[in-house]
Amino acid sequence: MTEKEEEARLDMIETENLTRKFGDLTAVDNLTLRVDEGEVFGFLGPNGAGKTTTVRMLCCLISKTSGSARVGEFDVGKEEDALKIRRIVGFVPDNVGLYDSLTAYENLDYYGTLYRRTDSQRKESNEYFLKMLGLWEKRDTMAGTFSKGMKQKLAIARALVHDPEVIFMDEPTANLDPEASKGVREFILELKREKKTIFLNTHNLDEAERVCDRIGIMNTKLMAVGTPEELERSVRGRRTEIQLRQVTDAILDSLKKLKLRNLVREGNKLTVDVVNPEEENPDMVSAIVGAGGRVESVTVAGSTLEDAYLKLVRDAP
Amino acid sequence: MSTWMPWKIAQKEMKVLRRKKSVISYIIALPLILSVLFSLVVQNDIVSSSGLSPDYQLGLDSLTYFFVVFAAILPASIAAYSIVGEKIEKSLEPLLSTPTTDGEILLGKSIAAFLPPMLAIWAGASIYMAATDYLTYGLLSHLYFPNLTSGVMLFLLAPLAGIFSVELAVIVSSRVSDVRGANQAGGLLFIPFMAVFLSAVEGTIPFDAETLLIFSGIVLVADVALFFVSTSTFRREEILTKWK
Repeated sequence: MTEKEEEARLDMIETENLTRKFGDLTAVDNLTLRVDEGEVFGFLGPNGAGKTTTVRMLCCLISKTSGSARVGEFDVGKEEDALKIRRIVGFVPDNVGLYDSLTAYENLDYYGTLYRRTDSQRKESNEYFLKMLGLWEKRDTMAGTFSKGMKQKLAIARALVHDPEVIFMDEPTANLDPEASKGVREFILELKREKKTIFLNTHNLDEAERVCDRIGIMNTKLMAVGTPEELERSVRGRRTEIQLRQVTDAILDSLKKLKLRNLVREGNKLTVDVVNPEEENPDMVSAIVGAGGRVESVTVAGSTLEDAYLKLVRDAP
Repeated sequence: MSTWMPWKIAQKEMKVLRRKKSVISYIIALPLILSVLFSLVVQNDIVSSSGLSPDYQLGLDSLTYFFVVFAAILPASIAAYSIVGEKIEKSLEPLLSTPTTDGEILLGKSIAAFLPPMLAIWAGASIYMAATDYLTYGLLSHLYFPNLTSGVMLFLLAPLAGIFSVELAVIVSSRVSDVRGANQAGGLLFIPFMAVFLSAVEGTIPFDAETLLIFSGIVLVADVALFFVSTSTFRREEILTKWK
């Protein structure tokens, strides 16, 4: 990205020490983050990490306890800005929440009405999305008869009928089979190509890695934020796997003298966390050979997003 | 609050209702069945070849009053269905994320819960009154209906009872997670209205326009009080964090 493009990008979502408490329970603790315009931001965390509460606060569905937040140019928590924020955001909740006894077309049309779209705007957007989703032929079918995947896609379309600036999605592929998940992910990628700002709550690491520009790992507090690659590198560095013909006590004693990080033995394979494999691997191989060992292979593996996620979530206080 | 948005919400609610055959037939059929049944009661028990029974006024007004009782029950069923139904379908959260105000949503749902049963009740009462006039005109030499008492019942007390019913259903809906539970709680609404009726039949209170006006005043006060409770119950924050 050029410097000019970088300057042109604006923070679409900004929070500063955003906190929400339910009685004695702190659901979201001093959350500070920024999401750029046109960015797909993944919000990863286990159940109860405060992801849904964060989205609900940003959509002005529930109030904040303290801190500040902004969506677009409007302040979250200001009574007069709440409706303005809801006009510029689209929200896909974790449950699709469609009206089963309304048709696909009627579901979209009703929401277009709620967003104060004109008749012609609604007609145009309903047709556009239903065709885009491959549901045009089923536009007069009751939504209650749709498969989970079709319902989820319709729920996403419902959040887009007013052409929002920001789309909040809460676990959009939860409970979907792999094929339906793929369909929804492709739809999100299509929105990404259209430069929509997307805030994606998920605990699907693979999905986050494939779809998101940046990821925040949340467990009540924001544990880390960065691109998927940055997170993989920052948390655990890399890992060296050494396959030996046979692991002996002498080899292990010799390696222990090198003060290695997280040396793990699995049969005749040794795994070690490394920061700089180019310097550390030759020392390990020398130590093994010096102790009479025979090295069959040496592999350097990067940490995965899953490693990073689990490390951060498990190490959380 | 925009004036047309609640109406748009009500239109959608009524469209959903129309597709729920059991609910719509319950709303429409009940007042119509009552009107036929009451007409038969008038024909068999109040009118005879020798004339009208001595307490015919109490009899005719009592039958009219049952439409008020139903005005207190039917809208609660629809409101409970509308709100608890959305809880079950989990469609409240996306609805609340739109730029509609809590007041617009509540008013829209209230209109949809109030209007169809009230129209059905008025239709049923009209049939009953027309049939009664037909059966009694020859004996009375004047039309018994409409009269002040029935006017107070149908155009003052019944709508106030309907509003009471809707408001209570909103409050009950926040505490229950199935339509049956909401209906059962809403069904209790007939108790205060039946209490007034039984007191009148037993002669404890007169069953006239004046008494009904006083009772309407009491229901109006209850409506105002429940309005504040129901609007504070039907708030985004409450719905998403405290509703069962």
